[in-house]
Amino acid sequence: MTDFLGYLLTGLGIGAGYALVASGLVAIYRVTRVVNFAQGAFAVIAAMLTGTLLAAGLPHGLAELAGLLVAAVTGLLVGMVAIGRSGTEPGTSLIVTLGMGVFAYAVEILIWGDQPRSFAGLPGVADVAGARLQAHYLLILGVTVPIFLAMAAFFARTDLGKALSACASNRYAARVVGIDVRRMGLLAFALGGALGGLAGVLTTPVQQVTFDSDVSLIVNGFAAAILGGLTRPAVALLGGLLLGVAQTLIAGYGGGAYQLEVALLLMLTVMIVQAARTGQVQEALR
Amino acid sequence: MNRPVVEVRGLTVRYAGATALDGVDLTVGDGELVALIGANGAGKSTLVKALSGLVRPDAGQITVRGRLAQAPEGREVFGDLSVDDNLRLGGWRNGRRGRDTTAIYELLPELAGIRRRKAGKLSGGQQQMVAIGRALMARPEVLVVDELSLGLAPLIVATLVEHLRTLNAERGLAVLLIEQNARLALELCHRAYVLEAGRIVLSGEAAKLARDPRVTAAYLGGHVAAS
Repeated sequence: MTDFLGYLLTGLGIGAGYALVASGLVAIYRVTRVVNFAQGAFAVIAAMLTGTLLAAGLPHGLAELAGLLVAAVTGLLVGMVAIGRSGTEPGTSLIVTLGMGVFAYAVEILIWGDQPRSFAGLPGVADVAGARLQAHYLLILGVTVPIFLAMAAFFARTDLGKALSACASNRYAARVVGIDVRRMGLLAFALGGALGGLAGVLTTPVQQVTFDSDVSLIVNGFAAAILGGLTRPAVALLGGLLLGVAQTLIAGYGGGAYQLEVALLLMLTVMIVQAARTGQVQEALR
Repeated sequence: MNRPVVEVRGLTVRYAGATALDGVDLTVGDGELVALIGANGAGKSTLVKALSGLVRPDAGQITVRGRLAQAPEGREVFGDLSVDDNLRLGGWRNGRRGRDTTAIYELLPELAGIRRRKAGKLSGGQQQMVAIGRALMARPEVLVVDELSLGLAPLIVATLVEHLRTLNAERGLAVLLIEQNARLALELCHRAYVLEAGRIVLSGEAAKLARDPRVTAAYLGGHVAAS
C-alpha cells in the first residue's frame, strides 16, 4: 500500500511535468490552430540554461526564472517563423515547428554538448503517510496546480484572455472587431514557451535532460493534450497526471522500459475513439 | 446631401486576376440609411471587407470619417464565449474603459436575459442581435450590416429592422445595409445602390428604385413594391 502511494505521488509529479508541456501545446493550439512540435525544445533549453546559470553561482529561483524567460523568448521566435507570415496554413506552420525543433538540437549540442545534464532541486525526502519520495516531486505538483488555476482565471476573467480565446473561436470575427490575430498568436507562442520552460526546469532535478529529451516530452505532452481535443487545459492537466501515474505504476510493478509506449498507446486510443465520435482529431491535425 | 461618413471612389478589388469590384462609387451620409442590393457573388462581401480594411483595394479610395463597425455576414459570433464576452470584445479597440456593456443592454434589451449564455448556442436571430450589439460596442458613426435577414424568420427580421430604425432616428447612427432581400432593404433605407458583377448599375432614392421596372423585375419578383 505504501508502495502504491509512493508510485502514485511520484506519478503525479511526473504527470504534472507532462501537463505543463500539454498546457503549452493547448495555449498555442487554441489561439493559432497550430500543433507546435517545438514544444519539447522549450523545456530542454530552459533546463540546460538553468543548469548552466546554477553552476555559475546564480541562486535558485533567479536561475529558473531566467530559464523561463529565455524559453518564452524562444517561443516567440518559433512563433515568428511559424506564423509570422500572414495567411500561412496551420499545417504548414506545424511542419515549420517540427523543423525548428530539429534546429534546436543543433543549437543545444553546440552550446551544451550531447551529454545528459541535471541540477539539484528541492533537497530531502518527504514522508507522506508512510510513503517516502523525493520532496521535489511535491514541489512540481505544488507549482503546477496553481499555474493551471491561474491560466484558467486568465482565459476566463481577463479581456486579454478572452481576446486570445476569441482568436481560437472565430478568427474572422476577431479581425472584424480589431483584434490583431497574428500578435495574439505570437503571444500564445511566448506563453507556450514559458509553460514548456517551466516543465523543463521543474522536472530536470528528477529526470536528467539531454538535447533529445524533447521527444519523450512532446509525445507525453501531446498524449495528455489530445485528451481534451488540444483545446481544454483542465482536461490536459488530468490527462498529464493520469499518464504520469499510469507510467509510474507500470514501471513500479512491471518493467521500466515501456513508459513511452504507454503514452503512444493512450494517444492512439484517444485519437481513434475521438475520430470515430466527432472527427475532432482530423480537424485538429488538418 | 449632408457630409458623407463613408465615401468610396472608383474602388476596384481583384482576387487572383478575377475582378470582384470594378470602379465602385458609393457614399453614406451622416445619419443616413443606405442599402446595397445585389445577388450572390455580385461583390457585396468584398465591399464590406474593403470598408473594414480586411482586403486591400487594387485601385480607388475609401474615406471613412469616424468609426465604422460591421455585423458580418453569417453573424460570426464567438461561439465559445458568452454573449457578454462577445459584446466586450466588440469594444476591444476602445481600451478597458470602453468595454462596459451596460448601454448595449438598454439599446437591445433582448440580450440582457441571455448575457451569460454561450453565443454559439443561441438562435440565428439572437446571434444577429449579438453581432449588432458587438458592432455597436465600437461606438461607430456608421454601422455596416451584411445580410441582416439571411436565414431568419420574418418576425425576427422585423424586430431587428425596428432596432436599426430606432438607432438611426434616436442616435443618428448611419447604416449601410447589405442585402439580398431587396424589398426589405428598400423599405428601410433612404437611398440604395444596386451592385451587379462588381459594378454599381443603379442608384438613387429607395422609394424611386422600388418602382423602377429594372429593379422590380430582377429583385422584387416582378411585383411593384407598395409605396
